[in-house]
Amino acid sequence: MNERWLNAAVVAGLVAFPLWALWMDEPFLITLATRAVILALAGVGLNIALGLGGLVSLGHAAFFGIGGYAMGILASHAQAYAPIMEWPFLIEGTKSMPVIWIVAMLAAALAALAIGALSLRTSGVYFIMITLAFGQMLYYFAISWPAYGGEDGLSIYVRNGFPGLNTLAPAPFYGLCLTVLLIALAAHWQIARSPFGLALNAARQSPARVETVGIAPFRLRLVAFTVSGAITGLAGALFADLNRFVSPVMFSWQTSGEIMVFVILGGVARLFGPVVGAVVFITLEHWLGGLSDYWHIYLGALLLGVVLFARGGLIGLVAGRGGHE
Amino acid sequence: MSDPVLNVVGISKRFGALEASRDVTLDLRAGEIHALIGPNGAGKSTLIQQIAGWLTPDAGQIMLNGDDITGLSAAQRARAGLGRTFQVSALAMQDTVLQNALLGALGAAGRLSLWGSAMARGEIRTRAEAALDRVGLGGAADMRVADLSHGQRRQLEVAIALTLRPRAFVMDEPMAGLGGQGSRELTALLDGLRGEAPILLVEHDMDAVFALADRISVLVYGRIIATGTVDEVRANDEVRRAYLGDAA
Repeated sequence: MNERWLNAAVVAGLVAFPLWALWMDEPFLITLATRAVILALAGVGLNIALGLGGLVSLGHAAFFGIGGYAMGILASHAQAYAPIMEWPFLIEGTKSMPVIWIVAMLAAALAALAIGALSLRTSGVYFIMITLAFGQMLYYFAISWPAYGGEDGLSIYVRNGFPGLNTLAPAPFYGLCLTVLLIALAAHWQIARSPFGLALNAARQSPARVETVGIAPFRLRLVAFTVSGAITGLAGALFADLNRFVSPVMFSWQTSGEIMVFVILGGVARLFGPVVGAVVFITLEHWLGGLSDYWHIYLGALLLGVVLFARGGLIGLVAGRGGHE
Repeated sequence: MSDPVLNVVGISKRFGALEASRDVTLDLRAGEIHALIGPNGAGKSTLIQQIAGWLTPDAGQIMLNGDDITGLSAAQRARAGLGRTFQVSALAMQDTVLQNALLGALGAAGRLSLWGSAMARGEIRTRAEAALDRVGLGGAADMRVADLSHGQRRQLEVAIALTLRPRAFVMDEPMAGLGGQGSRELTALLDGLRGEAPILLVEHDMDAVFALADRISVLVYGRIIATGTVDEVRANDEVRRAYLGDAA
């Protein structure tokens, strides 16, 4: 099957799913699908760094968690009618999703810029370890931050609002998250086809070549890492809003690993790789999780099979070679 | 005599006890091909790495069109007008031939926008396609580089360097791994390039060197022992002893 048709089928499935769930009177499935869509968004963020830039980041939970805490801090102050700070200038909380998203993306982008500026001076296993270390630093910081729940995390009573939409109902919130995901996919598509994307892709394959034509690979990677972090941060804000809860677990290395699993499972550098990966992951978690507490064993076997026999991921298995394997 | 386009003055480089470059001075003049030859381990690649910005010399100065480029990075030197090809092809193997050439044209133009398409028709693409036509790869523009022959990859390296519209080429063993026919074709191509920019050519293929070079410098143990025309170098006793042997 052509990859474009496969992608179109995935979009059609994601659009039709809540209608089917409502018809089946299974609103919980919409919440489950919302979780998949938000995690796919986190994967789309990572796919820009990993798929286009070849940056194996094991610290993307840092950005996911920052997005989550941006939501948690803003919303908790808004619901308590307590400003975040009063001096030197007043900053109040908010329950407005668009504002929260902007703050989450900016905070995650800034963190990615700082982490990238240091870690991108290394490569290979050192880059993996440094990104992992930054993620764990933030994890332990969140645990030891009593003002915002420490180890117990932070709860929000009511989901934040979006103008003209009832975000408390599962279907509209799902639609909102799906729209954000599609916009992020469009952004990935545009970056990949742009002159910047061409250079980033070449830098992944041959940094020496890129440098020899006057382009510094470090700058390309830093921009890609920052954009990637911002998108994963946005996913973190939505994820926290879905659960109305944020905790240090969002920063953990397991979260980083799961985001990477979505990308590898679906197909690295494949536009819809993280979407397919996250949907399959959540489906397995739901179905196999009901059968056995040890469902990760089956997931592990599937991942092993994909890595060994379908290096283009599940999309590569259906649509053939492409991306980079 | 024209002013040198590229001037290497007193370059020295030491790796521990090994002195890879010893007070090397050479120049590259407009319209010429200056070959740098020497036995294996003479320090040719180390010298090229220093000229192209991949290694920092311990002492000495590198000038391009009168500007001191010694402190610039490889990317900055490329933007300053130094077009380099590698001994082992450094290409984006999964991309197409045209995409590789576009990379050079985009780098030269300094346009790395997040908007639009890299493949869009316009000045950049025209420049890339012209470079591919120039080296005879116009018909292979849509082929993946991984599917190219070794000789075609060599041609593509030259095409990418051409997209930079360089002031000087630095080519590290472009004939390496080519058969007789491929070597002759690339020799003809390089012969035609000298009018666009002078070439500093590191090469082991002596047929190509003697066919192309206006001047030859001979590097032995990191030191230039002779510089001159083909006939002058062939007649040099020290060069005969150190490198060419009786066959020359």
